[in-house]
Amino acid sequence: MANLPFIAAVDAGIHQEMRRDPNVLYFGQNMATTENHEFVRAYGHDRVRVTPISETAEIGIAIGAAMAGLRPVVELYMAEFMLVAMDQVVNEGPRFRYMSGGQVKVPLVLKAGFGFAAGWAGQHTGSLTALFMGVPGLRVVVPSTAADAKGLMATAIRDDNPVVYLHHYMLTLEHGEVPDGEHLVPFGKAEVRRAGGDVTIVATGWMVNRALAAAQTLAGEGIQAEVIDPRTVAPLDLETILRSVAKTGRLVLVDQAPRHATVAGIIAGDVAEQGFESLKAPIAQVVARDATVPYSEPLEAYVIPDEARIVAAVRKVLVARR
Amino acid sequence: MSAQTPNAERQTWMYTQMLRIREFEESVKRSFTEHPGVIRGHTHLADGAEASIVGALSHFRPGDAALATYRCHGYPLALGSDPKAMMAEIYGRADGLCKGLGGSMHLTDVRRGFLGTSGIVGAGIPHAAGAAWAAQIRKQGAVVLSFFGDGASKQGAFHETLNIASLWKLPVVFVMENNGYNVVTTTAQEDANAAAGEPLAVKAKAYAMPGVTVDGGDPLAVSQVVGAAIDKARGGGGPTLVESKVYRLSAHGNIIAPPGVPLHYPEHEAITVFGKREEYEAALRGDPVPRFRGTLVSSGVLSPAKADEIKAQVVAEMRAAVDFAVKSPFPRLESALDNVYA
Repeated sequence: MANLPFIAAVDAGIHQEMRRDPNVLYFGQNMATTENHEFVRAYGHDRVRVTPISETAEIGIAIGAAMAGLRPVVELYMAEFMLVAMDQVVNEGPRFRYMSGGQVKVPLVLKAGFGFAAGWAGQHTGSLTALFMGVPGLRVVVPSTAADAKGLMATAIRDDNPVVYLHHYMLTLEHGEVPDGEHLVPFGKAEVRRAGGDVTIVATGWMVNRALAAAQTLAGEGIQAEVIDPRTVAPLDLETILRSVAKTGRLVLVDQAPRHATVAGIIAGDVAEQGFESLKAPIAQVVARDATVPYSEPLEAYVIPDEARIVAAVRKVLVARR
Repeated sequence: MSAQTPNAERQTWMYTQMLRIREFEESVKRSFTEHPGVIRGHTHLADGAEASIVGALSHFRPGDAALATYRCHGYPLALGSDPKAMMAEIYGRADGLCKGLGGSMHLTDVRRGFLGTSGIVGAGIPHAAGAAWAAQIRKQGAVVLSFFGDGASKQGAFHETLNIASLWKLPVVFVMENNGYNVVTTTAQEDANAAAGEPLAVKAKAYAMPGVTVDGGDPLAVSQVVGAAIDKARGGGGPTLVESKVYRLSAHGNIIAPPGVPLHYPEHEAITVFGKREEYEAALRGDPVPRFRGTLVSSGVLSPAKADEIKAQVVAEMRAAVDFAVKSPFPRLESALDNVYA
């Protein structure tokens, strides 16, 4: 085990796979510009390259390279930059295996940060996870700990499908224990971050931290919250969520995206359909207020879900009856 | 040196492939009346571009790759794909090349190097560059051919990819089939170079690569130009943009209509939109298939009798493809879920 910041754990996952598989490529803008770049030094310019600011070509090239048998990791920095190339992300990469009747595989990783609630204003703070999760053929990964950042990156690179790997920028410097050596975290397996029998809270990314802080506060009042981190939203481990709801009867979903663009809403629909008998209260969703994320600090904090709103939602579902 | 004139046997092969593409496309078109309802959605035919397709693919070696657009029936035929499986795909059947999951716009035959086709204009150009990166790393001398139309050269994907491909000296040849129309918009209406009277190949200059314009109705000319570009790419000299001037002899596609309205092929847009019947008739007079037959007969490569014999074989082959496809069963329903993920 090593105590690493989240961002170093992401790199450790890429290194792990680049060392073992010469087919893994890593490229993007403003990287690998000198011979001193750590990935260039380790793997050379055949596999590690700087690109111009051309997201469509970067992602399209990754798709073609993947169809030809390589495993590209595209450094996109910010999830919003994928919007520039949304056709490639949504309507090219995930379609080719299917449309070819299974003749090709498109193993690639689109690595992008998101949710940077640190004064980045309207165009660099979005939580676009749900935008990708409904695309058949696409996998969507949202690590919340350093260990998962490494293990999910490694699994993403080994996966034979296009993977959108979304690391939360607010977690960049959060330290955590990361297993040394080969570390893989399976897709589609949620992690129970805190066990409890009174209420189930589901959150991803940075919101996991806020959910855990809320659970800590509630524990002081004698309320035991179970906090579940799905870790990947496509595939989504609905079973673990349903099992928890069967135990607690109450569900609070936390999501940094605005109400109608959340993973939370999709989970709510699934639980309402498949776990209705277990529910003792209506499902609560703690989501961003419906606004572009504002620049000014108190306004930004007002828009994005915080611990107090999660605590309030839990209290509400505990007294509610259906 | 692949850029030299193909020998008689190779020229006969080229003519045969051109005829196969033409007859396949005629069979697709006839399907709308012979088997109404069998073809759904939107089909796009390669008639008029046969010489360009076959000339460009005449240097293709095992290990090379080609990627194209939704107008994709010609390439796999020239690369050796089974027309029965192709027609079955276009009919949405279980024996289809892509198991009925792709249809007319997405023919793919990886075993023959035909890696994929995008239905979104220009979107496949970076895919070709990606495959070329793989070829560059593997250092086996493989090249990738990227086929697209004149319309695609107005997409960002085209410009972004040509820049990177030239910068990285990727072994890729960009073959732009300029058929003069983006659906119903003429090239001069949407392209600054065309409006200024310049060939579209000048776009290559912006990306420090050679740009060549060639008569896409002459398979030997295309073979020579693309062959030279392939030699350059194989040798590490980077990409070339080839503008191959063709005339699409059918409309952009069959009519677009909801279920219940029988689909058919309308007349060419030169007539239906612009009222330029003479332009279209001139194109018919220059039809590359009879034109190449004339070339081969006058040069003594083919006797008229031999040419007729090839034609008869090709007609029978495509008839058999239609018969096979129409009898092929629909895929089992659950197969719709088979290839979502690898």
